[in-house]
Amino acid sequence: MISSTSETILSIEDLHASVEDQEILHGVNLVVKEGEIHAIMGRNGSGKSTLSKVIAGHPSYKVLSGSIQFKGKDILELEPEERARIGIFLGFQYPVEIPGVSNLEFLRVATNSRRKELLKSELDTFEFEDLVKERLKIVEMDPAFLERSVNEGFSGGEKKRNEILQMALLEPVISILDETDSGLDIDALRIVASGINRLSQPNSATILITHYQRLLNEITPDFVHIMADGKIIKTGNKELAVDLEKSGYDFIDKNTKEKEMAK
Amino acid sequence: MKSSTICQDWLESLPPTEGDLKNEQSIGREFLLEKGMPSKKDEAWRLSNFTKLNSFLSLPTIIGSEDNQSKSIFPEKDENRERIIINPNKNPILNINLPNGIEKLNNREIEDNLGKIVKSTNVRNDISVYLNQASSAKLLALKVKRNFNQSLEIVIPSIEGKSISTRIFLLIEEGAKLDLLQIFTGNNNSTQNHLIEIKLEPKVELTHGLISLGEEKESSSICTLAVEQSEKSKYSLHSIHQGWDYARFEPRIIQSKGEASTIIKGLQVTKSKEQIATHSLIRFEGPNGKLDQLQKAVATEYSHCIFNGSIAVPQKAQKTEAAQLSRNLLLSKRAKIDTKPELEIVADDVRCTHGATVSQLQDEELFYLLSRGIDNKHANSLLLKGYYDEVISHFPKSAGKWNFIEKLIQDVKK
Repeated sequence: MISSTSETILSIEDLHASVEDQEILHGVNLVVKEGEIHAIMGRNGSGKSTLSKVIAGHPSYKVLSGSIQFKGKDILELEPEERARIGIFLGFQYPVEIPGVSNLEFLRVATNSRRKELLKSELDTFEFEDLVKERLKIVEMDPAFLERSVNEGFSGGEKKRNEILQMALLEPVISILDETDSGLDIDALRIVASGINRLSQPNSATILITHYQRLLNEITPDFVHIMADGKIIKTGNKELAVDLEKSGYDFIDKNTKEKEMAK
Repeated sequence: MKSSTICQDWLESLPPTEGDLKNEQSIGREFLLEKGMPSKKDEAWRLSNFTKLNSFLSLPTIIGSEDNQSKSIFPEKDENRERIIINPNKNPILNINLPNGIEKLNNREIEDNLGKIVKSTNVRNDISVYLNQASSAKLLALKVKRNFNQSLEIVIPSIEGKSISTRIFLLIEEGAKLDLLQIFTGNNNSTQNHLIEIKLEPKVELTHGLISLGEEKESSSICTLAVEQSEKSKYSLHSIHQGWDYARFEPRIIQSKGEASTIIKGLQVTKSKEQIATHSLIRFEGPNGKLDQLQKAVATEYSHCIFNGSIAVPQKAQKTEAAQLSRNLLLSKRAKIDTKPELEIVADDVRCTHGATVSQLQDEELFYLLSRGIDNKHANSLLLKGYYDEVISHFPKSAGKWNFIEKLIQDVKK
């Protein structure tokens, strides 16, 4: 799906960011173009989730320097809801439970916010029910989950399916899926991965944050990046993930030592 | 002016009353003449805003003039629920057809029952009750007949610039079921004082929704609700208090022989400089009683929410199971929330739990909604609705006509 004329969707340059006064990202560079699937791998604490939260505009994370552009426009001044409306979607590693808020109503309000941005008509309750029932099939989700409170009492797998359902409804331009594979059994992983594949479009892009090769067996990435200490230290193709699975992250330590010796 | 002088002037302004409440009035007036209004030294009143409380005595109490009809417009009544609108000094059931199975109490029944439940709650210096006794002139006394299943709505509007007192007694006979919805509405510069007694005979099921909306400026409300539950009865109370400059709600439930079940879910929402308080008392007078109590509060701006929850489990109330939880949202640095559980447990074979939390809207919940493109205002409304849901989801659907959910959310957004 990648072509030389593909438009750049996301461009991150020398991004430094902190949370609670501690700098986590130490100069991230990343370019994502239309039709591309990127995988970001790395140890716990390497900054993967922080990067996803910073892109989505989480208020607890502070950008110290650098830039994030979405389709050529700086988004750092945009509120999280504005970023979502222009098509940036964050699939949460731990989707939040919101007691008392109906999942169906939440999905409808969110979908209409995005539709408004796309200059599409807002959907009334009945129109939305038709749409959501159709999209439920993508993640093989039981309609009973629509009647519950947002993520309340959902199993790990159900929460992740609910995330992909939101992705299917919001039709984002770029989806950043933070450890969507964690806590999934083999069947659920297959369903979620198949949903992500079905939702990939030539004019959209996906960033998968993952620890494991197994998700990448289901979704073939065009690029694999390895993050360590708040930076992308290596980029390759899907073979890099295979190598990583075999040899672990030891080579990162080796590289770091070699660099230190060279100094 | 001193509160004792205000109280005396107020008592002198009240006309003598004849009829069912004659004796009650002298009890109330005698107490107030002797003891006067409460002070900060009275534990049950120490957090009360006394300036606001005294407004109950400064407005003229309505005395039977014809032009004192409420001019409020109410939503259409539910087809399956008879509505009684209480206007001061008017016989509230003159103009309605009481549904099959609901009747007026006769004089003997009134004499046998009136005042006994509230007296059995044994509250010392019971100012809320004495204020009502001193000023109420008319009684609405009804019974739901044995084994009947009925729905009823009782609406009590306020009148601008006036003070009203109402007295209600309901007897629900053995095996009957009642779905009761009560609505109190405030008006500009008005006060309300209600005393409601409800007696549940064995095997009765009462679902009681109470929507108390101050709405206009400077409206105040004091409401005492005394319920006596016989064995094998089920009582559930869902209450909302919002929009009052000053409100005090005192639900008191006595399980007279234990062996009964009580559910209480209350919500109070304050803004501006409002003060709303709930002082609940639940006492088990026999074994195997059950209680599930949840009290929620949301306080914004300079407002003040108070909850005092007493549960008494004496020796004879073995195997009682009681749970009380007070959950509060403090949405402004200058707002104040006071919450105090008061468990007095003498019986040794019981399971009683209690807890209290004060927090703010959860940042992660808010970010989750924002990250889906929902604007801040709408996201906050959704979260508040979610917070209220545990209480408001129990109201009958027809209660939605009173637009209380919208009012609750608007109040917080201001």
